[in-house]
Amino acid sequence: MIWNETKECMSRDDILNLQSARLKKTVSRVYHNVEFYRKKMQQLGLEPSDIKGIEDLDKLPFTTKEDLRDNYPFGLFAVPQSEIVRIHASSGTTGKATVVGYTRRDIEIWQECVTRVLAMAGVGTNDKIQVAYGYGLFTGGLGLHYGAENLGATVIPMSTGNTQRLITMMEDFEATAIACTPSYLLHIAEVLEEVGKIDKIKLKAAICGAEPWTENMRKEIEAKLKLNAYDIYGLSEILGPGVAADCDAHDGLHVYEDHFIPEIVNPETLAPCKEGEVGELVITTITKEALPLFRYRTKDLTSITYEPCKCGRTLARISKFKGRSDDMLIIRGVNVFPSQVEAALLEMGEASPHYVLIVDRVNNLDVLEIQVEVEERFFSDEIRMLESLTKKISHVLQSALGLAVKVTLVEPKTIARSEGKAKRIIDRRKLI
Amino acid sequence: MLIKQLSVFIENKEGRLERVTQVLKDRNINIASFSLADTAEYGMLRMIVSDPDECRRALKEEGFSAKLTDVIAVKIPQRPGTLHKVLKVLYDANLSVEYMYTLATAGRDTSIIMKISDLSKALEILKQSGYELCTAREAYEINNIENK
Repeated sequence: MIWNETKECMSRDDILNLQSARLKKTVSRVYHNVEFYRKKMQQLGLEPSDIKGIEDLDKLPFTTKEDLRDNYPFGLFAVPQSEIVRIHASSGTTGKATVVGYTRRDIEIWQECVTRVLAMAGVGTNDKIQVAYGYGLFTGGLGLHYGAENLGATVIPMSTGNTQRLITMMEDFEATAIACTPSYLLHIAEVLEEVGKIDKIKLKAAICGAEPWTENMRKEIEAKLKLNAYDIYGLSEILGPGVAADCDAHDGLHVYEDHFIPEIVNPETLAPCKEGEVGELVITTITKEALPLFRYRTKDLTSITYEPCKCGRTLARISKFKGRSDDMLIIRGVNVFPSQVEAALLEMGEASPHYVLIVDRVNNLDVLEIQVEVEERFFSDEIRMLESLTKKISHVLQSALGLAVKVTLVEPKTIARSEGKAKRIIDRRKLI
Repeated sequence: MLIKQLSVFIENKEGRLERVTQVLKDRNINIASFSLADTAEYGMLRMIVSDPDECRRALKEEGFSAKLTDVIAVKIPQRPGTLHKVLKVLYDANLSVEYMYTLATAGRDTSIIMKISDLSKALEILKQSGYELCTAREAYEINNIENK
């Protein structure tokens, strides 16, 4: 069903008028409350009154993850701390987290967006939904949780880490919906097959996100579990899950344009892309109170269309993601930058800076392996010394990345050197 | 009394061990004895060779991590209980064996190559207990001598 027909099916003119009005208000509020943006606007010779509507959006400065990091932890917040009711955080490029905050109103808007996604996936008050994203600083668990509660569904807050218990409850409680990463759902399907329960479960909808997946993977999930699978997109900087999601047509993800203005730009020149052309997704928030962001560069590559959808919604649609414009990897929902690995290895002083990250999908779960060259200066003839070295590297990387890492020692000079930028990543996950 | 053992890090990959033996063959280096310890991901080849310094240089040239380590080779008779006896001597002296393997010989006595936690203390204890150690030359050329 369409949860909020007024907002999801507006005419394009009404959407643009609403966006213009909300953008103007946001710009004025941000100018007066966030020193970072005030300075940036002053450098550009911009007054809040120069932004008269959405046609002036491209006058505003871009915002990057680095800007959030430079203003760690709360420098970009536009409200006093007393109005912040929740904090979430995700890993950043240098081990410093990217911190985001929400006012009570922000949480309400987030719930509303996730509720729309769930309703779009056919979930309702008679459904029992297992939320199997991590609960905690990660936005996945709590984001889906409150959206499902707001909808009136019965929420089973599973979190992650215990597939056996998840399956038992899925069967015993007759769960009808699940929210988790697509790779985890495929893993669950395999375990269900192994224990012979795949035909006993009652799931009818899956809401999957937090990592890129393909149309083929969606079809595989749907065929194995006999349910409908939907793609949910989001990023904590903007909101968390619920910025966009796809409908039954599975022909792009609807962006909630009454809260976010999407743009697609060329990641090199930053010039706007034409409708349908692939570029970097840039988002401006127009209702966020705690952390409003102008033209945030998501680094996610996609294209956009404003054509009305078969489902009746008029919201713009972004295509399934084509990749990223930086070297960030998303592994089990955790952001990993190769530079984090390098910084951690160099800080240890014992490992060679010659390393390669290998991401693979084993039994449908992402695994991260780091191959490090055994340099002569720390090579030992005793295996227990080498083992304690791999344990130490693994421990250091695990605390830097927040992700379990398998460390493999390899012979010196076996990791390919390249003339320009070193090839640091081998992504063997086949998104087919 | 100390013998230079050459340790080589070998990835669990096809042809790596063969590459090492090729390097040795090309330089006419003899392997007097070796042990190969394996883990899931890599192996550790420990060798007593006829010319350890030259062998290390050659392997390094080929891109291997190779290292020389001081070990000892204790001579013991080929009879039941003799290995136990020497290990008991070391144990009683609070010394631990990091690893050990036999030095190949065609003769009646055998020698045990050992890497021990405290090498100088081990030398003293073994001497006190009347054990004889192989000289480096003996160890490197043990089979060559027998063959002549």
